[in-house]
Amino acid sequence: MTQAALTARGITVRFGDVEVLSGIDVEIAAGSIHGLIGENGAGKSTLGKVLGGYYQASSGSLAVFGQGIGRWDPPTALGHGVAIMHQELQLVPHLTVAENVFMGLEEHRWGVLRRNEAERLEDVMQSSGLRLDPHALTVELPIADQQKIEILRALAREAQVIIMDEPTSSLSSEEIEQLHRIMARLRDEGRTVIYVSHFLDHVLEVCDRITVLRDGRHVLTERSAGLTKQDLVSAMLGIQRTETLYPPKRKAVSELALSVRNLKGNGVDVEALDIRAGEIMGLIGLVGSGRSEIARAIIGADRATGEISFLGRRLDHTIRAATEAGIVMVPEDRRRQGLVMSMPVRANIILPHLRRFARFGVMATRRERRRARELIDRFSVRPAIVDGDVSRYSGGNQQKVLLAKWLEGDPKLVILDEPSRGVDVGARETIHAAICELAASGSAVLLISSEIEEVLGLAHRAWLVDRGRLVQEIDPDAVSENEILAALFRHQSLEGVST
Amino acid sequence: MTRAQMLRFFQTYAVLILIVALMVTLSVLSDSFLTLRNLLNILNQNAPLAIMASAMTLVIIVGGFDLSVGAIFAVGSVTSAWIALHIDPYLGLLLAPLIGLVLGVVNGMVITRLNVHSFLATIATSLIFKGVAIVISDGRLISVRIDSYIWLGRGKFLGVFNSIWIMVTFALVLTFLLTRTTFGRRIFSVGGNEEAAILSGIRTHRIKIATFALAGLAAGLASIITTSRVALGQASAGQGMELQAIAAVILGGTSIYGGQGAVWRSLAGVFLLALINNGFNILNADPFFRDLTTGLVILAAIGVSAIGQARR
Repeated sequence: MTQAALTARGITVRFGDVEVLSGIDVEIAAGSIHGLIGENGAGKSTLGKVLGGYYQASSGSLAVFGQGIGRWDPPTALGHGVAIMHQELQLVPHLTVAENVFMGLEEHRWGVLRRNEAERLEDVMQSSGLRLDPHALTVELPIADQQKIEILRALAREAQVIIMDEPTSSLSSEEIEQLHRIMARLRDEGRTVIYVSHFLDHVLEVCDRITVLRDGRHVLTERSAGLTKQDLVSAMLGIQRTETLYPPKRKAVSELALSVRNLKGNGVDVEALDIRAGEIMGLIGLVGSGRSEIARAIIGADRATGEISFLGRRLDHTIRAATEAGIVMVPEDRRRQGLVMSMPVRANIILPHLRRFARFGVMATRRERRRARELIDRFSVRPAIVDGDVSRYSGGNQQKVLLAKWLEGDPKLVILDEPSRGVDVGARETIHAAICELAASGSAVLLISSEIEEVLGLAHRAWLVDRGRLVQEIDPDAVSENEILAALFRHQSLEGVST
Repeated sequence: MTRAQMLRFFQTYAVLILIVALMVTLSVLSDSFLTLRNLLNILNQNAPLAIMASAMTLVIIVGGFDLSVGAIFAVGSVTSAWIALHIDPYLGLLLAPLIGLVLGVVNGMVITRLNVHSFLATIATSLIFKGVAIVISDGRLISVRIDSYIWLGRGKFLGVFNSIWIMVTFALVLTFLLTRTTFGRRIFSVGGNEEAAILSGIRTHRIKIATFALAGLAAGLASIITTSRVALGQASAGQGMELQAIAAVILGGTSIYGGQGAVWRSLAGVFLLALINNGFNILNADPFFRDLTTGLVILAAIGVSAIGQARR
């Protein structure tokens, strides 16, 4: 084996009380393309960011070309020849290509720019074979070209290792192939590329070696030559997975609750979706498949056209109308969309129901506190303090507060977007029990989750989602996680061919 | 107390600690400071600013800034004086706050309809309002020496200036609104996390418009107190008061990022600024150092709260 460009030993990363990576050992051979793959939330991006110095490991050590390192942040990493390309490009939109490439490396005389970036860029482009107009404004270029700027930037800094975090997520298939050719060329020059992606075909096509992560743990690192897509899928899912027990499914289905027809807008194109009262409907899809967008379109958070009827009545496309009809959404991003961090637990729970806890606009404080106390106990929020500072609560307990907030007041349809993301096992079970209880009490539930297992365990019916469309209905009790993942990737590659 | 608790305490009560320290110092240095007469005078003089700062608190909690209250004050001053002179003195006193309310609604509509930051929107509207005030007054001072007009600013009730009664009542009403009503709860939620508030079914635009309307109303109310006191309506009145009001709110410890704050804090901020001024007068200190001192005090107060914030 050739020399290792990067060696990671026992890398562990914790965000709050959640362990995202546990004791990862991995070696990236110099002059190779190394794929990092895993399910959503498996930790592949996190590992990429740790290697690039963007995140600090809570424990563990890194070595670059055999040399152990202490401090590891993006500037230090660059100094050692390691550059990271983020999923969201880090470019200044109103500078030219050349100015962006040489940002921070401008040649100057006593602080006065020599403005020779364009000429210097020629040299870099010559040696790499990447071509761009040095004087073009970045903002006017397509995303694929902007990515080239990032690559050129890494090359201008003589980076030996380039980490690309989901670089293909917004590229067309032709652009993806182009990127793959660039990667191969970089490798042939002796550089190392780390390719973080959840597109298995892409990774298999271009990588020399592949590392699979699952639940923050290292599963395998092998030459891609001997691997099939099926191998990767089973490695990502795990043969023996720690079983989470799901409450038994009770189906007391009655009348049609939600009926959606021809819903279009913001990457959403749903022909038909029906959910009955007492039914848990799952949506399964890869990241970026448009699951959350479908939910946002249904509750009127994003602009959309189409017909939504709820309990027999037509619904306007506004949040207000949805809320008044008894539709609520527990959003994926707790910090951004769910909780008001500057308000206590009590006020967060009561927020959508202010009117019921007030008389003539004046808050009925005692009633409010009593109700908040009951809900905190029911969802076993810890610490169980009515006026607790919610910003200091753990992810799981914040999620419980959010559930309490939305399940108060008898909703008729609850949309749950990633209800157990970043939540520990105990909290997860509380949340699952609450979801089942909710359905049993006659409410309709739309469950969105990246964890296929969770949808299979809870939902009565489910749809696979790809690019904002419902592509296949499945019976959660009759299919395996494996089959679903295979189906998802099949739809994905079908799309790839047709575009 | 642990170190963290001490910092928190200091952050919460920084402005009160500074006030007490300043009051003790001034009492020691001058006999004429700690008299009922002097203290009431300070309150009387600063009542208009205090009223504006109280309402500004709501605007800042909701996540905005209102740079137009000084201009609304000017419009209030000239319209009130003009109406008092040409129509009826009582009508002049009554209409100015309502005009302020309307201009505040205009601000709120501009901000929510055009979806621009309130900072920009109110810079623009402040110039417009100021222009309106100049046009109305024709660039001249409007003198209103009518007893049935000037009683508001100069008169007393139960031995205390009317202005102080108005200020206290207004601040109490706003405090009640903010802490005890659904409206107040919505203000905190919009300022704390607008997206979450929207998803909770709160009509955030209405809440914003309402807070700017209150800021306008406060500016109108403040303007009649001052105008009736000096018996003079002028388009240059209220100049710079918007910045003083904002400074007082921030000095009090209300977060400029929104979502947190209290009306009493802003009153304390106004009082602290007033004490510095008063100290310079009483001690016959060199007024050249007044701005310098005020700036340093503001910086100190902000520094303390920033340290507390960083620890969180």
